[in-house]
Amino acid sequence: MEGDLAHIGAGLAAIGSGAAAIGVGNVAGNFLSGALRNPSAAAGQTATLFIGIAFAEALGIFAFLVALLLMFAV
Amino acid sequence: MATEAAEAHGEEGGLVFHPMDQFIVKPLFGDGEVHWYTITNATLWMFLAVVAMTILMVLMTSRRATIPSKGQSIAEMAYGFVYKMVEDVAGKDAVGFFPYVMTLFMFIVFANFLGLIPMSFTTTSHFAVTVVLALAVFLTVTIYGFMKNGAKFLGLFWVSSAPLPLRPILAVIELISYFVRPVSHSIRLAGNVMAGHAVIKVFAGFAAIAVISPVSVVAITAMYGLEVLVAFIQAYVFTILTCVYLKDALHPGH
Repeated sequence: MEGDLAHIGAGLAAIGSGAAAIGVGNVAGNFLSGALRNPSAAAGQTATLFIGIAFAEALGIFAFLVALLLMFAV
Repeated sequence: MATEAAEAHGEEGGLVFHPMDQFIVKPLFGDGEVHWYTITNATLWMFLAVVAMTILMVLMTSRRATIPSKGQSIAEMAYGFVYKMVEDVAGKDAVGFFPYVMTLFMFIVFANFLGLIPMSFTTTSHFAVTVVLALAVFLTVTIYGFMKNGAKFLGLFWVSSAPLPLRPILAVIELISYFVRPVSHSIRLAGNVMAGHAVIKVFAGFAAIAVISPVSVVAITAMYGLEVLVAFIQAYVFTILTCVYLKDALHPGH
């Protein structure tokens, strides 16, 4: 196996994807539990759901970007 | 660097190509250097996205049939979808920005979907493309916000509902989050699209190993289905965040 510290760092940065998964799961799960309590109000909130998911996901994508930078730019 | 990696993998009998090779920008004609005026595969696929967009939105609706054809129905649905989004999220007075938002949405949708065609090139997987789109939105919002509201636009950073001692600290945080917007706006789209395509290629690399090739083919199919979903959702998210930012420009303050 070859590789250097940058590759280990890239692997560590991939943990951030898991953290983003927790975040996105929280948003979607809470939306669903709220939507099942009051289904009539759910349809109007899908935009908010996607905005929430996008914000939670952005930080995971940052981690992915760090991994990419370590792999290809360092 | 990609070819070195490909050779290194090839010797081990694993991946015979590098999963990131699909994103290399090549000249369309010949093998010369890529200058700013060189016609590359990126240029071709961006052009195709614009052509597809024009066919759907201009040619399909040109007959203005009372009973719409399939193409006209799709165009009208897309129009109504984005119009409602602008009206609901950014407010009724933001419909002046509807043509811009619609153009953004259609371009990203078509660039994403054309990128899903095997052997094609995904323009939205390049940060250079999405950063330009996001910077255009950022500059529009900032300039229009100052033009419309003047110094009141700075109220965006002054959280008047918070206790007074806390406000300067919040102002710094708000300022940072305002300037991170174009970064996250662009990286979200490019990162999602690029990651998905790279994952498909990684699975495609495993398909060469006989023992796990059925698993790999199933995984590629499943990832492809997910990517179709992601292609649409990321375009939707990009557009809706544009609307959210436009709302800030029109109605600053908390």
